[in-house]
Amino acid sequence: MPKRTIIPFGPQHPVLPEPIHLDLAVRDEKVVEVIPSLGFVHRGLELLVTRKDFMDMVLVAERICGICSFIHGLGYCQGVEEIMNLQVSPRAKYLRAFWAELSRVHSHILWLGLAADAFGFESLFMHSWKIREKILDIFEETTGGRVIFGVCKVGGLRKDIENDVLERIRKTMDEIEADYRTIAKVFKEDYSVKHRNCGVGVLTADEAYKLGAVGPTLRASGISQDMRKIGYGAYGDLNFEPVVEKDGDCYARTMVRVREVYQSFDLMRQCIDKMPEGPVDMKVTGFPKGEFFSRLEQPRGEVVYYIKGDGTKFIQRYRVRTPTFANVPPLVKMLGGCDLADVPVIVLTIDPCISCTER
Amino acid sequence: MIEKQETVEIKPEELQTKVTEAMAKGYRLVAISCTKLDYFQLDYTFDCNLSFLNCRLKLPLVNPEIKSITDIYWSAFTYENELHDLFGIKITGINIDFGGKFYKIKEVAPFGKSITIKTVEGKA
Repeated sequence: MPKRTIIPFGPQHPVLPEPIHLDLAVRDEKVVEVIPSLGFVHRGLELLVTRKDFMDMVLVAERICGICSFIHGLGYCQGVEEIMNLQVSPRAKYLRAFWAELSRVHSHILWLGLAADAFGFESLFMHSWKIREKILDIFEETTGGRVIFGVCKVGGLRKDIENDVLERIRKTMDEIEADYRTIAKVFKEDYSVKHRNCGVGVLTADEAYKLGAVGPTLRASGISQDMRKIGYGAYGDLNFEPVVEKDGDCYARTMVRVREVYQSFDLMRQCIDKMPEGPVDMKVTGFPKGEFFSRLEQPRGEVVYYIKGDGTKFIQRYRVRTPTFANVPPLVKMLGGCDLADVPVIVLTIDPCISCTER
Repeated sequence: MIEKQETVEIKPEELQTKVTEAMAKGYRLVAISCTKLDYFQLDYTFDCNLSFLNCRLKLPLVNPEIKSITDIYWSAFTYENELHDLFGIKITGINIDFGGKFYKIKEVAPFGKSITIKTVEGKA
């Protein structure tokens, strides 16, 4: 039997924008065991909740991640609103869903670019990120920020989007979607994309479910699960079905994200079509007393916020279980038995967000 | 109300039975969370077809110890190592035990022991 060798992967690696470390036990070129390590940029943001006013804490929540920052803020606000029994205005709910879907498009197109770069398709990476810039322009126009937005607050939103601006964004979205179709076609059909992704890092439906996989990682294995179907915010009024693929390999995970971008465009159009009139904010009095597990669907999957208030202006406990944290055990399973050369591509297909994980 | 959230209070010795039942009913492990109060509050959260279930138990602040559920849910090792590193809870029988080095920072686990929370006068 060939000798077993330990190869360190990360924390600095060309395909990893953020630090995660894997000890890969290999025999010849096959990975036989994987031990993950985290904590290189651990920030302890959960503890900050005991020192920040609960109304201000949303700004910390947004800073958990620079890609899904809006949804982190939304999850915090939604949890606190549930504890305080606040009824957010319908317009605020629709605008929150609109920005959340815009975040999903941003995240998925960013990831598609990174994936293309990982499997050696640099021009596709550049085309993807060129499209992403237009999404960030919409964020900048509507919120004032491109990474951290600060529009979500407990009780609603700090900013409204005027209806004529929404109509203009609809036209911009049509142009972005037309551009996106050109790169989506390459991801779907290109020989080199399929060659690097098909049959690689397979996770069966049973494994994905039992190992607690979430988001596109789970749906690519044939499990139709999407937290938006709970119906939080405006999602109860919107028509959509989870995007599901069956093969459970890197290509299936890529295809789930490729298709979810179209779904998000559709959801944004539905939001614009059904946008109610009215205020986007409300006066908040009192302090949160009680607890709630706030569950949302981030671009990378289910995120869970446990929020517990004791009736003071400081939240007692704010625990965040991010999708990447849940996808680490499935990643360990996917890597077992794979070729060493496929490790970077497989790691990338769970769309690891270490910033989220190192909250 | 966004969703109905059921929390079941259990004793530490009932954990294995309850978790085995959850596995048999097809529940997925969503998270294990810990809250430090006058005791440690441990929440084992599950989901099945968007149906939420939470099993809650209490552990003392001094020498807290609980048996691992990794022989039932293999993927629980990340949560259990985190419980040890952040709160100092001893987990027995864990499948992948990082021995306090799950988070690779220079602090010695459990991290909470060396943290001092500074309060501004009149704010806390």
